[in-house]
Amino acid sequence: MPIEMLTYFHHQGIIDSQTIYLYDINAIIQKSLHMNSAHTRAKKQFPSDLLLHVHPRTVPVETLRFTLSFGLGGMATTLVLLLFITGILQKVSYIPDIQRAYHSIQFMYTDSNFAGWLRNIHYWSGNMLVIISFLHFCRVFLTGAIAGRRRLNWIVGLFLLGLVFFSNFSGYLLPWDQLAYWAVTIFLNMIGYIPFIGQPLAQLLRGGSEIGTETLTNFYAIHTGLLPFLMLLLVIGHFWLIRKARGLVQQQSGKGPTFSVPVMPNLIVREAAVGLSLIAAILLFSAIVDAPLSGAATPGVSPNPAKAAWFFMGLQELLMHLHPVFAICVFPVIVLFCLLAIPFWQNSALNEGIWFNGERGRKLAIVVSITSITLTIAAVLIDNVATNIIGSPATALFTRGVLPLVIFLSCHCLGYALLTSRYSYTRGETVMAGFLFIVVAMICLTVIGVWFRGPGMQLMFPF
Amino acid sequence: MDNTLQRPQVEHAPDTGRRRFFNKLWALLGSIAFLELSWLSISILRSGKNKHETGAQDAIIKAGNVEDFAINSVTANARGQFYLACLEDGSFLALSRTCTHLGCSVPWDEEAHKFICPCHGSSFSITGEVLTPPATRSLNSHPLRIENGTIYVNTGRLEKPLQDGKPRPVKA
Repeated sequence: MPIEMLTYFHHQGIIDSQTIYLYDINAIIQKSLHMNSAHTRAKKQFPSDLLLHVHPRTVPVETLRFTLSFGLGGMATTLVLLLFITGILQKVSYIPDIQRAYHSIQFMYTDSNFAGWLRNIHYWSGNMLVIISFLHFCRVFLTGAIAGRRRLNWIVGLFLLGLVFFSNFSGYLLPWDQLAYWAVTIFLNMIGYIPFIGQPLAQLLRGGSEIGTETLTNFYAIHTGLLPFLMLLLVIGHFWLIRKARGLVQQQSGKGPTFSVPVMPNLIVREAAVGLSLIAAILLFSAIVDAPLSGAATPGVSPNPAKAAWFFMGLQELLMHLHPVFAICVFPVIVLFCLLAIPFWQNSALNEGIWFNGERGRKLAIVVSITSITLTIAAVLIDNVATNIIGSPATALFTRGVLPLVIFLSCHCLGYALLTSRYSYTRGETVMAGFLFIVVAMICLTVIGVWFRGPGMQLMFPF
Repeated sequence: MDNTLQRPQVEHAPDTGRRRFFNKLWALLGSIAFLELSWLSISILRSGKNKHETGAQDAIIKAGNVEDFAINSVTANARGQFYLACLEDGSFLALSRTCTHLGCSVPWDEEAHKFICPCHGSSFSITGEVLTPPATRSLNSHPLRIENGTIYVNTGRLEKPLQDGKPRPVKA
């Protein structure tokens, strides 16, 4: 009996919980009988059963609901696999040398050459992976899947998100076009601002005192060796920890058994549908739209405006408003520390498996998002006027570093106190408000950076 | 589902001193191996650096004659990758075109009469001072020398700025 029919019957009261529970047990017994009688066929089962081993035999019906997870984790995995394949194939055509890298990319797009299509797939999958893994990160947080057994997995996931961003960054350095050259210049200078370790680290990555072939080969090794290796290890750990947490997050149903169904076909078919549709969409899109490639790297002439890849425009916008040490070090470290620490704070996660903790939380989320957008735009405009009037670098460490930090932290503390005591939101809901405030502010800064900045990075309208 | 099939409880081996000793030994050996690997990786990365470390060398460029430059103007020198600024009082400055914020190349905006960085919007005056942040330091300058009306710039070195951080102009 298909699972939709079963759950429908259950909701209609035609069959009771016990029947579904039996169905579940039946599946387990059948499966194990089958295994015992057919253990001689182990060889034949090898590849498929190994792959199925990622999943348990049965999963709770609740976790199959598309609107619980939106299949984001599965999509991310699909994209990682696609990136591995196209990445390996691209290594055949690409030459990591500053004299030849750009030309080797151009050559991919000459007649009767499939390498260009592969590069397109790699490029668009990478961009898509940034979006998907960011949404996955939000989904996990907003459905409260970070506490208890999932605590460690949240941390693994944060590192994976970091790897995704760094992979995308190191990837767009490789073509050695204008975007690549100025991105690596800015990045290495940014690292130089980190107290104590900054300068030696930048020197190490640069492979000398000036940017050159050593820099490119270093980032090539990082992009095609170190990062995929770390990502593979962490992805395996991520999956294992999901199983240890007994599958996807789900609402605490109180009494009674959770209704489970066999993974095959219920989950596998759903995963295949999502994954294959995604692959088809990306392959088709890549056949039509070429991955961008700017002019060959010209040291000494920055493009005007010189913008980073879209997913770093939030950071670039932040760099325009804050003292470099604060934009590069202080604020990111504080945010990262909070993200890592949230699951260790008692009751700071939302109730499991319910988006925004229900209707009240959803309303709070909307209010916080609107507030965040308003305040971010206001801050950008005020700073834009203020820098033109004051513009003194002598006091920058205070006016553009300490002062914004104090305002930022006191706003969060005040918001926390107000929401918990005055409006009696739970701690989980209040922490969610703080999380959304920062996430929405970063999205807002990204939008401003991408569309509302013109030559000289001056504010302007895109139309 | 997990409740139906309980795993048999494995009894843990008693926590003897010897076991603890070996566990600590393993951890110690592991850390040493990790340190060794890190040291190895860093020395490999460093080996590439030494090939190109030549240090600062003098590279003197003839930038032109004093009378060729109008008062209060900025001329880009493509060969030496710097800007020659002729200030209002007739003194000269050889400004590096690298932004002191994050290293972009700063173009001279003739209309606005200032340098505007295309990456993060810092702007600098004709004397190299910061007009608007995020840059925190003035533009660097190269040592400049005027002999018999000819301007020589040493692009291989950077000049020490004045005490207030401003570049040091040279009188003709």
